Amino acid sequence: MAPVARALGAFARFWKDFLIGDAPELFVGTLVFVGVALALRHHRDVAVFLLPLIVIAFLVGSVFRGRSKS
Amino acid sequence: MTTSTVVLALAVFGASAVEMVEALTIVTAAGVTRGWRSAFEGAAAAALVLTALVLAVGVPLARLVPINVLRVVIGALLLVLGLDWLRKAVLRASGHKALHDEDAIYARTVANLSGDGDTPTGKPATVSWRHGSRDPTGFTVAFKGVFLEGMEVVLIVITLGASSGHLGLAAAAAAAAAVVVGVIGYFVARQLSEVPENSMKLAVGIMLTSFGVFWVGEGAGLHWPGSDLMILVLVGVFAATAAVLSLAMRKIGPSRQVVAVRAGPP
Repeated sequence: MAPVARALGAFARFWKDFLIGDAPELFVGTLVFVGVALALRHHRDVAVFLLPLIVIAFLVGSVFRGRSKS
Repeated sequence: MTTSTVVLALAVFGASAVEMVEALTIVTAAGVTRGWRSAFEGAAAAALVLTALVLAVGVPLARLVPINVLRVVIGALLLVLGLDWLRKAVLRASGHKALHDEDAIYARTVANLSGDGDTPTGKPATVSWRHGSRDPTGFTVAFKGVFLEGMEVVLIVITLGASSGHLGLAAAAAAAAAVVVGVIGYFVARQLSEVPENSMKLAVGIMLTSFGVFWVGEGAGLHWPGSDLMILVLVGVFAATAAVLSLAMRKIGPSRQVVAVRAGPP
């Protein structure tokens, strides 16, 4: 059982590192992005401008957060 | 060949090349210190396992999961990965984060494997191998190096390949990058630090982010103007953002907190 538990633990750690890592705000930003994309699927004119802006906003925020940690 | 197919192949090739440079540093260090046979066997075994993963996960994913669900989930994964690469590349380009130093990694791995330090398993390395014979430490280090660096490539191949219906092309682009980096590595061996890794990471981060935005939108039911051509527009928007952000961060300099810590106590 121990090797299975170890493998599951390593698998969970891999996904945690991959999805969250040292920038949890980017994970949150992605969830927000998916939510807004689903909500605006029938409003193309708004979505085309708003969706890239959401990504840019979270990227800028995350870079500034990384600056204060560096 | 459509625009998205070309950008897809470029993104997979670039991402794979960046990760393979990192893996090659470890394999070269293992080969020089513990013998090439074990290093090559370790690297080949890891490449086989990674290929099996692509076939075992990628093919069923592309065939069984509804395409729109796949695009939203995969687009989100690409967005997380692309934004993380972009963030690190901007911080490195503006001097807020140390550049990835392949020379330092190489020197550290060689020191560990030569018995001057600890092995990655935490046990001191013992030089009890002969060139040409099998060495478990050399095999393990090369295997782990290729496997861990290759995992992100596998994710990118599966996500980009499955969502666009070009799994074979994505896998071929990754394999081509591995071959190209391998051949270059053979000739330059220890000058891997010359590879403009951060610029490559920045370019791939821009492409992955663009694909992420595009696929999530498509999966959600949004029809982008210009269809596939929108990917190029997104690439331009995020490239401009990264350039402006790098420039701004360079001008701003480190935060007051960091300057105070670096200056030491008054």
